Amino acid sequence: MACNGNSGKKSTIISTAERETTTTRIVEAQKRLLSGREYIGVDRIDGPLVFIRNTHPVGYRELVECVDRNGHLRLGMVLETSGEAVVVQVFEGTAGLTMPETRIRFRGETLKLGVTRKMLGRVFNGLGYPMDEGPLPVGEVEMDVNGRPINPTAREYPRDFIQTGISVIDGMNTLIRGQKLPIFSGNGLPHNELAAQIARQAKIRGGETEFAVVFSAMGVKHDVARYFIRSFEETGVLKNVALFLSLADDPSIERLITPRTALTLAEHLAFNENMHVLVIMTDMSNYCESLREISTIRGEIPSRKGYPGYLYSDLAELYERSGMLKNYRGSITQLPILTMPNDDISHPIPDLTGYITEGQIVFEREMYGRNIYPPVAGLPSLSRLMKDGIGEGMTRKDHPHLASQLFAAYSYVKDVRNLASVIGEEELTPLDHQYLEFGDAFERKFVSQGRDEERTIEETLDLGWEVLRLLPVEELHRVTEEEIEEFYG
Amino acid sequence: MKERIIGEVKRVNGPVIEAKGVTDAMMLELVRVGEVRLVGELIKLEGDRGVIQVYEDTTGIAPGDNIYGSGMPLSVELGPGLIGTIYDGIQRPLEEIYKLQDAFIQRGIQVPPLDRKKKWHFIPENLEERFYVKSGTILGTIQETERIVHRVLIPPDVEGEIAWLSPEGEYTIEDEIARVQTEDGEKPVFLAHRWPIRTPRPIKKRLTLSTPLITGQRVIDTLFPIAKGGTVAIPGGFGTGKTMTEHAIAKWCDASVIVYIGCGERGNEMTDVLTEFPKLVDPRTGHPLMERTILIANTSNMPVSAREASIYTGVTLAEYYRDQGYDVAVMADSTSRWAEALRELSGRMEEMPAEEGFPAYLPTRIAEFYERAGNMETLSGKQGSVSIVGAVSPPGGDFSEPVTQHTKRFVRCFWGLDRQLANARHYPAISWLESYSEYLDEVSTWWEENVGPNWSEDRAEIMEQLQKEVRLQQVVKLVGPDALPDSQRFIIEVCTLFKNAFLQQNAFDDIDRYTTALKQLKMLEIILMYWRRGSAAIRKGVTLVKIRRMKVYQDIVKMKFNITNEDLSALDKLKARLERSFDQLESIYE
Repeated sequence: MACNGNSGKKSTIISTAERETTTTRIVEAQKRLLSGREYIGVDRIDGPLVFIRNTHPVGYRELVECVDRNGHLRLGMVLETSGEAVVVQVFEGTAGLTMPETRIRFRGETLKLGVTRKMLGRVFNGLGYPMDEGPLPVGEVEMDVNGRPINPTAREYPRDFIQTGISVIDGMNTLIRGQKLPIFSGNGLPHNELAAQIARQAKIRGGETEFAVVFSAMGVKHDVARYFIRSFEETGVLKNVALFLSLADDPSIERLITPRTALTLAEHLAFNENMHVLVIMTDMSNYCESLREISTIRGEIPSRKGYPGYLYSDLAELYERSGMLKNYRGSITQLPILTMPNDDISHPIPDLTGYITEGQIVFEREMYGRNIYPPVAGLPSLSRLMKDGIGEGMTRKDHPHLASQLFAAYSYVKDVRNLASVIGEEELTPLDHQYLEFGDAFERKFVSQGRDEERTIEETLDLGWEVLRLLPVEELHRVTEEEIEEFYG
Repeated sequence: MKERIIGEVKRVNGPVIEAKGVTDAMMLELVRVGEVRLVGELIKLEGDRGVIQVYEDTTGIAPGDNIYGSGMPLSVELGPGLIGTIYDGIQRPLEEIYKLQDAFIQRGIQVPPLDRKKKWHFIPENLEERFYVKSGTILGTIQETERIVHRVLIPPDVEGEIAWLSPEGEYTIEDEIARVQTEDGEKPVFLAHRWPIRTPRPIKKRLTLSTPLITGQRVIDTLFPIAKGGTVAIPGGFGTGKTMTEHAIAKWCDASVIVYIGCGERGNEMTDVLTEFPKLVDPRTGHPLMERTILIANTSNMPVSAREASIYTGVTLAEYYRDQGYDVAVMADSTSRWAEALRELSGRMEEMPAEEGFPAYLPTRIAEFYERAGNMETLSGKQGSVSIVGAVSPPGGDFSEPVTQHTKRFVRCFWGLDRQLANARHYPAISWLESYSEYLDEVSTWWEENVGPNWSEDRAEIMEQLQKEVRLQQVVKLVGPDALPDSQRFIIEVCTLFKNAFLQQNAFDDIDRYTTALKQLKMLEIILMYWRRGSAAIRKGVTLVKIRRMKVYQDIVKMKFNITNEDLSALDKLKARLERSFDQLESIYE
């Protein structure tokens, strides 16, 4: 088992062999005994946090069972522990809890999720309990939902091109298997449509693919969840999809655990079941809001805009759970979606995300207003892993230079448009007019496409040359003469 | 020293643990927490209370767990076998850990940083009997990699007459290779010794900086050079190419040893280095680049406090090779993540924050780090240097934030990355307006003596045009380019050429990724000739359109791709062709 939560046997030999003293065993035995204790009554309830005094020594991040007076069980996690008091965050919210009647049990272990391949085709809540009519799946492996960092030497550098059938992604911001590529969107923009389209169309060319989609919804509306389910149903891929839904009216605290449960299943599918997993996480902004909420209640010192100083590390714990590993056939590709508050890309959420992920697809409201779908902004969008996954033998030999040329030309178009807005289009030089024409064609023909339209990489690249032909050949500095000969014509 | 219990856990808050019952412990002592033995460091002592910063995930640690003291500060092991290895933030070899575990890192693992079993071929120096040795004396040499000769030094705390030196032979790092008669009796010396990471290694004296660190990146070497032993900051928002620039320098700069610290960055980036460096060949020596590189990887999802330590671990390893007489370059990517780790730990300790939640001692820490760079005379009398290239990741790309601002105070070279350039895929996106280098005067003598006598003037001339162009572009933005006379439009023209043909450099092109100093100067001279002859021609009445239509123009644009570093005569030919083209053009007008 690749990422079995229990410490592997091999490590036991070195890390504990010499220390396996009687004291250690006694300590462990005591902890086991104590985990059966139940405390009745808590000392303070504040938002999703519960404070309990005078407990036995409780471990940091231990799993907590919290039973309300109706006997309903809620799960929680220890956020802070000391001899005097323990702070517990209750995932299902604290609504309805009473101070004297709440019963608390510390389980002496971290939150684990029993995972199995049979979870595909099912719908769960943020903690992994079924929300459809089906029974609770029996986990084959118990895995710690917090995961463990991947050893960088164990990683395989991702280079397999994923064809999404969307020109602006395949051609300009190529998605690579094992990449984490977020969509920076705004309210009212078609990020869900694009994510669903990618999930439907993504394929590795000429390869076997046993693929799965793990969908994690944090604080999204019921309609959005339904849209995704319907979209998966219609294309018949639902049996390969596992959904973890923590919707807008669920307790906000549950959102903190939702992506972790989803990624735990993804890790199982990728590294124990050898599947290629696409993880869609929406909406990361809601996740960060919940994090801020907890941080504020705990009275932590905020950094920018009230978000906690560890927002970067916390997001990294999620985003870094992607990639490929040596000696494993599976992979995890992440497609997080976030709505930029007020379309501001320098807001802490998109900003810190951009520092962790391997590029970003940025939506532009102005383009969407002009009815261009997908409204992907040409210049700020970027795929960092693109360079190693395109070119001869992977996509087509002209791809790297063509993409670079399109970027350069489109960047100049932006300058010309700015100039034209000041001095008027008539005053522009003939060359600049040609650039304007190119810019329009690029947006209308190359970027813009139908919501069900699927273009092969060759079609995309040929389309790229087609729009480049609107420019004189002397302007093409970034492509070689051979490429001009072969493709520019 | 033997492990002893120094106290017990009182409170756990993420990576910060409060301890009680601490009586017999020293500040900054390396400790281990709980029965899983998590590595930590004692960072605060007060009465019988202590605060411990833990370098691993503290899940499961409970009040009452034992804390074990090691009797020594957090230190690194220095000896042969460092080169080519990848370590985590506290010098645990990640490849060894991978062999012992699965792909996911577990806690509490203890693996020695250097291979205990590997035998090294040691060649002793010819020292006289009873020779007086002190810290830094070279005892002998080991061929560590094909290009690095490891000089075995007397560790900093040993001084006295040499009592015994082992003969040439094969030794492991645990074998005694010498004994020194010190004042406190005879002390053994091994191939490796330990050194605390937060203490700079001693030197004889600091020397002035004079040689540039040639990086092969034209915008850096020609416009904003850094000296060997210098410090530089590379700030830039996400996607502006900090890591790409760091990688390019680590690959092609002419330092003997590279220490690459991946501090709180992406896992795949370290994998990229690990897969790419062994395949790349150093153009100067013909050996794989991995044979001069040490990697420190503390990715963003690894524990935060080890991120704080990784910077010091890296710079200590660099100082060790400096002491052997090498020029070492440290790449720190990114120092902002390190500063954020400081902030997070400070917050957990409930310290009073200063700007944006950062602790008030942030500037002190930044200064301490960058001051460990320098060109030094080492204790053995050799010259060695440590240069530091620190990436900074300002939130929102805003350079007015505290980490960028404080870093700016302590570095002498600044390569500001520009979002607009990056958006236009102009890489390296080093802004020629915002960047500066205070090393210009120091390195100009080297350039003039070793490359070409006109370097300073040539550089100044092109910089002047770039400044003028900015003003002209503002005019163009208001009234359009047609309003400018040809002489001024030509400045814009020349700057565009300079940007396309010179400043922009493709890191993935086999020829363009690295440019020698001589080729850089020749390329600059060609562009300057285009500028000088062109403006003279315009004064004579030649129109701009005619100049632009010269066939040789396209060859100048592509000289970076088409002419190799070795084939400099081709550049001379190109220059002659340009000269002839202008002659022809002017002859029509005379």
